[in-house]
Amino acid sequence: MERPLRLVAANPLDRLARTLEALLVVASQPLSVAELAEATGDDAERVETALGLLSERFHEGRSGIVLEKVAAGWAFRASRDAAEACGRLFERPVERGLSAAALETLAVIAYLGPCSRPEIARLRGVAADSVVAGLVERGLIAEAGRDQSVGAVRYRVTPLFERVFGLESLSELPRLDDLGSEAEEIRDRLESLAEARPA
Amino acid sequence: MPARELELDLEAFEGPFDLLLALVLRDELDLAEVDVAGVVLAFMERLAERDELDLDACGEFLVLVAALLELKARALLAGEAADLEDLDPAAAAEELAQRLAEYRRIKEAAAWLAERLEAERERYFRLGPAPLAPAPERRLEQQDPAALAAALRALAAEPPALSLAHLELRFPPVERFLSRFRALLLRRSRFDFDSEVDGMTRLEQAVAFLALLELRKGGEIELSQAAPFAPIRIQRNAAAKPERREAWNARSA
Repeated sequence: MERPLRLVAANPLDRLARTLEALLVVASQPLSVAELAEATGDDAERVETALGLLSERFHEGRSGIVLEKVAAGWAFRASRDAAEACGRLFERPVERGLSAAALETLAVIAYLGPCSRPEIARLRGVAADSVVAGLVERGLIAEAGRDQSVGAVRYRVTPLFERVFGLESLSELPRLDDLGSEAEEIRDRLESLAEARPA
Repeated sequence: MPARELELDLEAFEGPFDLLLALVLRDELDLAEVDVAGVVLAFMERLAERDELDLDACGEFLVLVAALLELKARALLAGEAADLEDLDPAAAAEELAQRLAEYRRIKEAAAWLAERLEAERERYFRLGPAPLAPAPERRLEQQDPAALAAALRALAAEPPALSLAHLELRFPPVERFLSRFRALLLRRSRFDFDSEVDGMTRLEQAVAFLALLELRKGGEIELSQAAPFAPIRIQRNAAAKPERREAWNARSA
């Protein structure tokens, strides 16, 4: 009984992993490798290796808490198996009842941000004031300076946004060109239609 | 049912509504041949098939059909449209196409986000403000104690006494003017204050005036002034000449 225990304690990487585990439990926001390296006083490469060890241990299906790479950092979350039980005890107010307008506004800010309310309004064709205020209140977007020419407040999405949507970073969003590839799409449909149509 | 997906079966065109729009905007289909009323009818029929009124779809349809109608009107009234607006129909069409494409992309992005949110419904994590970071330790440079002692010594030194000489007023004694005026009164029964104090400093003039008041108090003189700021006249008081009497007495004694 004593031998394996001593072995575990003697492995310095495992000790680092346990320290990281502790840091991630205390944190309420994702911690970046740089932050973890600073807190542990270890180098980033070893921290990444130790995080790899932890991810294996805290894995979906293996543990009730799951370590994930999200919002440019690492964080614990509940396993999906436990979601139902979590739902009985906790609410998720941040994303509850997000309207279509709110999602569109979020999309504009996530893709084109930082951008101001007039810019959002121009794209969506309706005033964005109350929607933007609601998103700020939920913590999904935050102010990010002012427009140089007009002076309007600009907004960007927050790390919480990435976390709620399970994004490692904003680069995980599908490219707008792929979404709105109507030029190609329309050309294809036009061609197929031309073929189908009697000459 | 998004308006764009409306299937159309018109004389000039057969296919979804958004394709019709795209073709029109690309000048690949002559709008003059398109029966816009037919598009509206098709939409109304589709709407009637449903019990629910989809306001979003209706709104979108209205915007699209309005744009289509505007384009068609411009095309039909090509010559006369000039005075309506300076906007080039081609440029207007291009702008409309761009806006529609932009808006459509945003719609798609929003749909993607909605799907993602649904897929991540089982995501529970701790939310809350981050614990406070510890106050950063301030690292001070190594200091020389002798420098500190020198600085303290400089502070402990007695400061030099300040000279208040410039604040002091030196008054000439009133007696000097008293005796001077009395001597003058022995020779003359009246004189002008201004001419007597002419050339003196303001301070001397003030003290001289005090002397006058003193003499007036003792009843030795009478003062008169014709008007404010006029010369002050001094006249020996004939009734009381104590100084002179004393002098006389002394001499007579």
